[in-house]
Amino acid sequence: MKVSTMAEMMAAGTKPEVLFWVGCAGSFDQRAQKITKAFATILDKAGVVYAILGKEEACTGDPARRAGNEFMFQMMAYQNIQVMNAYEIKKIVTTCPHCFNTLKNEYPALGGNYDVIHHTQFLQELIETGKIKISDSNEWKGKTITYHDSCYLGRANDIYEAPRKVLESLDIELKEMRRCKSKGLCCGAGGAQMFKEEEKGDKRVNMERADEAIETKADFVASACPFCNTMMTDGIKNRDEEVKTEVLDIAEIIVKAIQ
Amino acid sequence: MEFISNIIFLLLTVIAFYIFAKKILRIKRNIHLGKSIELNDQPLARWKNVFMLALGQKKMFRNIPVALLHLIIYVGFIIINIELLEIIIDGIAGTHRFFAPFLGGLYPFLINSFEILAFLVFIACIFFLSRRNILRVKRLISNDLTGWPKTDANLILVIEMVLMGLFLTMNAADPSANFIISSWIKPSLSNLNEHQLHTIEQSAWWMHILGIYGFMNYLPYSKHLHIVLAFPNAYYASLEPKGKMHNMVAIQNEVLYAMQPELAPTNAAAPEKFGAKDVMDLSWKNLMDAYSCTECGRCSAACPANSTGKLLSPRKIMMDTRDRLEIVGKNIDANGQFIDDGKSLLNDHITIEELRACTTCNACVEECPVSISPMDIIVELRRSLIMEDSNAPSEWNGMFSNIENNFAPWKFAPDDRDAWTKQS
Repeated sequence: MKVSTMAEMMAAGTKPEVLFWVGCAGSFDQRAQKITKAFATILDKAGVVYAILGKEEACTGDPARRAGNEFMFQMMAYQNIQVMNAYEIKKIVTTCPHCFNTLKNEYPALGGNYDVIHHTQFLQELIETGKIKISDSNEWKGKTITYHDSCYLGRANDIYEAPRKVLESLDIELKEMRRCKSKGLCCGAGGAQMFKEEEKGDKRVNMERADEAIETKADFVASACPFCNTMMTDGIKNRDEEVKTEVLDIAEIIVKAIQ
Repeated sequence: MEFISNIIFLLLTVIAFYIFAKKILRIKRNIHLGKSIELNDQPLARWKNVFMLALGQKKMFRNIPVALLHLIIYVGFIIINIELLEIIIDGIAGTHRFFAPFLGGLYPFLINSFEILAFLVFIACIFFLSRRNILRVKRLISNDLTGWPKTDANLILVIEMVLMGLFLTMNAADPSANFIISSWIKPSLSNLNEHQLHTIEQSAWWMHILGIYGFMNYLPYSKHLHIVLAFPNAYYASLEPKGKMHNMVAIQNEVLYAMQPELAPTNAAAPEKFGAKDVMDLSWKNLMDAYSCTECGRCSAACPANSTGKLLSPRKIMMDTRDRLEIVGKNIDANGQFIDDGKSLLNDHITIEELRACTTCNACVEECPVSISPMDIIVELRRSLIMEDSNAPSEWNGMFSNIENNFAPWKFAPDDRDAWTKQS
């Protein structure tokens, strides 16, 4: 698909409405790339003029900072802010709650001030303003879906409603897990756990969460974070060969439901 | 001779408050061993937190039955303490029910209300004791509480029951009084003569007030200190989004000066210690958190690591911080200043394995009824581990080097970052 970079836009003398911050998972992880493409497709269909940083984007530094490596975080932040400020970026949308949190809450203290929104908020806005229209005969209609709250969207930033509002626009039945919203259980990936083996314990965190998702007997699990998506997919796959509950990002669900 | 008991009472009152004040000042000093941070912005939002979180116990109401029982004890504690005023005046002035003549019909109404509350507190304590010892609620029997913490918890409940019992007995043994709950006890005292009744009333009165003074002085050694510190702790609670981590300005500047040397001041001071290894490296708010913790374990029950059997327990992080701070405080008391004892919060109290299990999900912070952030301490200790000790699991070292060289936590070619645009 044709996606403009900031460099190309600049060369052409234009500016996007919004920068799509793809994030490392969204850029490189095969599963997460599908989420990226789904969201980019929605942006195209909605007629949003957007751009990516492309090769100029780098890790926000979130996993390094949470692991305790502040030097590395500051290096990455410095680099990213230099790039974005040079392009005079005003608004950013991202499909990753970790990037979202860092860009929104942690870059301002370092000189990076942007209006940052998560893609579920952006999708809610697109639906509410009629820029995308949910098809009456969308394939999710009548299905049951459970939504897994990402910690960095939920507790970290109090975003519980936007993803739910987007899902509710589909005429589906939203089934909540035992622990949801501010009580939602982590998938186990945050705090740089994604990049190491779990510590010794009785059970893996993602298995615990997968069990709660399976318990709802929902047809699908909706996620809003590429890391949660991986953890939940692995958890459900490991739990039961029979259970084939698919884990889909909200962008992937919406892209199949719009006219 | 007739004033002797008044003088003894006055003396005991002064001593009790003196010891308590001294101990509180010592705790204040310990808290200020922490690094200074400014938490005085947005007073309105902060007062709102005091009203909602401390006074209103908003977080407690995530579990309504328990919240109601807790509310009874809390309201009972505050309201019955109004009666303490009369008890203290009676004790000093040698009067009997000092307020009764002034308040007229209101007096029995007040004492009846206190009695009802005292009774309800008694019942609530029975519920709480059974939750700990019979129903054995998971978070209340965890290994975190083995030993003194468990005794402390039971002791608080038993003391409260005894105090309520004494208050009711005192009223029951007062022939001039007839109040709603204590009148239930009266029949069991009906065989006693006036002198015996007087002795019981006096003994109950003394034991009640001395019990309260004792309890007050027990607070600084107990998890129960939360009844005092929950209020300032709510006021100074973070008003930032929970996801925002504390910025390390020293490192921000290091990086800035490395990238733009022209900005570096010529007399740049060497950066301080990175992260926290011991309690003095934490902020004073982290340390106040430790003294505010009532060890209820809501944090650990919600913790994804703890609930899947990992060693990490956010409650233990807070208990360890307080324990270490007490040791440091005693060290200062004994030596006039802190003499290195070769120990630290990190390693000697909190192990690396515990710290490594945190997913920074903020569940512990969200659950805490008294505005504590165990996560803040965890990440500060992690910073010390990585930046002072270069102690990271090998996978994390790999992740760091990938970020450094490939600008992503995985080993992909940076040039492929936009490769997804070319896929079908």
